[in-house]
Amino acid sequence: MAQMRYWEAIRRAHDEELAHDPMVIAMGEDIGVAGGTYKATQGLYEKYGPERIIDTPISENGYTGIGIGASFVGVKPIIEIMSVNFAWLATDQIVNTAAKVRYMSGGQLSAPIVIRSPGGTAHQLGAQHSARMEKVFMGVAGLRVVTPSNPRQAYGLLKSAVRCQDPVFINEHELMYNMKGEVPDEEYFHPLEGSEVARPGRDVTLLGYNISVHWCLQAADVLSREHGIEAEVLDLYALSPLDREGIKASVARTHKAVVVEEAEAPVGVGAEVMAILNEECFFELDAPPRRVSAANVPIPYNRTLEKAAIPNARDVVQAVLSLFPGKGRN
Amino acid sequence: MNVMPGYVREEGMGEQNTLLLSVTDKKRLLREMLYARRFEERCYEAYVERKIGGFLHLYSGQEACAHGVLEAARPGFDYVITGYRDHIHAIKCGADPREVMAELYGKETGSSRGRGGSMHIFDVKHRFMGGYALVGGPFPLAAGIAKGIKMKGGEEISICFLGDAANNQGTFHESLNMAKIWELPVLYVCENNLYGIGTRIDRSTAVLDQYKRAAAYDIPASQADGQDVEAVYAAAVKAVEHVRSGNGPYFLELKTYRYRGHSMSDSNAYRSKEEEREWLKRDPIHILRNRLIDANALTLDEFKAMDQEILDEIENEVVRFAEESPEPAVEDLEKYVLAEDDPYVRGGRV
Ligand SMILES: Cc1ncc(C[n+]2csc(CCOP(=O)(O)OP(=O)(O)O)c2C)c(N)n1
Ligand SMILES: [Mg+2]
Repeated sequence: MAQMRYWEAIRRAHDEELAHDPMVIAMGEDIGVAGGTYKATQGLYEKYGPERIIDTPISENGYTGIGIGASFVGVKPIIEIMSVNFAWLATDQIVNTAAKVRYMSGGQLSAPIVIRSPGGTAHQLGAQHSARMEKVFMGVAGLRVVTPSNPRQAYGLLKSAVRCQDPVFINEHELMYNMKGEVPDEEYFHPLEGSEVARPGRDVTLLGYNISVHWCLQAADVLSREHGIEAEVLDLYALSPLDREGIKASVARTHKAVVVEEAEAPVGVGAEVMAILNEECFFELDAPPRRVSAANVPIPYNRTLEKAAIPNARDVVQAVLSLFPGKGRN
Repeated sequence: MNVMPGYVREEGMGEQNTLLLSVTDKKRLLREMLYARRFEERCYEAYVERKIGGFLHLYSGQEACAHGVLEAARPGFDYVITGYRDHIHAIKCGADPREVMAELYGKETGSSRGRGGSMHIFDVKHRFMGGYALVGGPFPLAAGIAKGIKMKGGEEISICFLGDAANNQGTFHESLNMAKIWELPVLYVCENNLYGIGTRIDRSTAVLDQYKRAAAYDIPASQADGQDVEAVYAAAVKAVEHVRSGNGPYFLELKTYRYRGHSMSDSNAYRSKEEEREWLKRDPIHILRNRLIDANALTLDEFKAMDQEILDEIENEVVRFAEESPEPAVEDLEKYVLAEDDPYVRGGRV
């Protein structure tokens, strides 16, 4: 196993899939000559040329639609949208075409595209560069939504997404591209459905995805060290469909649950997981499950306000302690 | 809005009047257009009888557009995509009219298995890549299909039919721009029927001649009389030739008129009876019929017999098939949302 950065893992998946199938292309703003905003396509323009590594104009809905149209005739496009905030402009083609075409054609056509885009709050980028969209896409029938929390997933999810016959939205994170982690040396396809236990535990299940998995892991360390609580961290790398069985199995072990998301709470991943907990785990739960979410605000520029808007490991610890009366001193 | 009969207008080329089709072709085209008219009018009746639900957009009046263009192309080989006014484009590509009608009836035997409806006819085996209901949605899809053709090195072209009002969407500008910079084999056909629902073109659009807008992206363009199938054909021959020869995109505007309301729920209150009467004088079927009669290639009786034959065929084969076909099974409600048994969902090769 090699240590690799998140961006390098994504780049490797691109490179392997481009080499594997001449119908795989990558398209997006500044991904070619400039090498990609987060280096996910670095060097690929030189290797595969302008017909396959396509620098697009700033026309998100247009080039996403072109990717979809190309996928109708056997092309497998990997579309990078520079920041997920710009993917709002492409929601028409993603939602109205890619997600629905298989159904409304009675199975005749499908749009096997991959859209990758970094979401999330980075460092003081302001309201229009700090949003998350996974909650929007996971609510749309006909789309798959996955979100890697580490380089291994980033690599393996992109590989599977390219091969899969469904449109897949991959939610990355601006703060995670430099993160290091182990990636198998041999080719690896990560499942597009399911969840992973990132840390086993017996007292409470922390459900996270993408960056919030790391807050959960930090919180689990604190809880174990300082409070004697062993938290299980469940990594929901697949947001659509969500892993009902995996959630059920973990909560059946721990009987307590806290969902942690970077986005604002309404109509989000947390809300959806809460519904599953209610429907599937009601009688397993020893305490009301909790959500840890962002403040319901456009993300502020000011550093202090920005930090206050986004949850962190401490918030997760607090939420867990509230489920254990008598534990914790606050 | 002036329409000069039988004209083709190209920037810098003046006007031309080219008649290129053989008598046999013209007679076949006449039959196809009459069939299209009768098909659409029968849909109207079925809608009134509540056999067809939803939105229903009829093509009556515009027949020369799809027929003239696709006559110049290779239906079933070239890829065709359009908006919600899509029945006739699908049929001209080779779709079985029975399956199209069954789709309108929402039946399992419909072209989209009853999951699409009037606005979403698909017949991928004949390379009819679908009808889409978001105005302007198909512009980039057509360019994408063209990108795929180019990558595979095929002879096919991608043809996109949309209305005049669609040209005010961002996708029009984004797609024409990219089609040009990437030299994609795509033909954009604008069926300019002067209205987007109830808004007349001069109230919505700064430039009335739509073909002029292609100049903004340095895409060659022309305009033709969309009521005269031979004029459409002549213009389309050049357009198709341009695209197929690897010269990149082309934009063809056809001036036409729809007889019915925008959809069945539209009363046409926004336009004058006089305007409608004027356009009826230039009916595409009558123009071609009269031309054939004048050339002693057809008699009125033969035309009437043809009409009756079509009416019978539509009634006895098309409508009957739709009526007698089964509904989709409710157990299949969630079929076609995602691919079935895709191994990569489990992360593995089989
Ligand atoms: C994005 C979007 N906006 C609005 C509508 C509603 N709508 C349907 S058709 C139409 C008019 C389109 O006119 P045009 O493009 O000229 O085509 P025509 O119907 O005349 O063939 C409108 C506004 C829609 N379907 N999609
Ligand atoms: Mg119109």
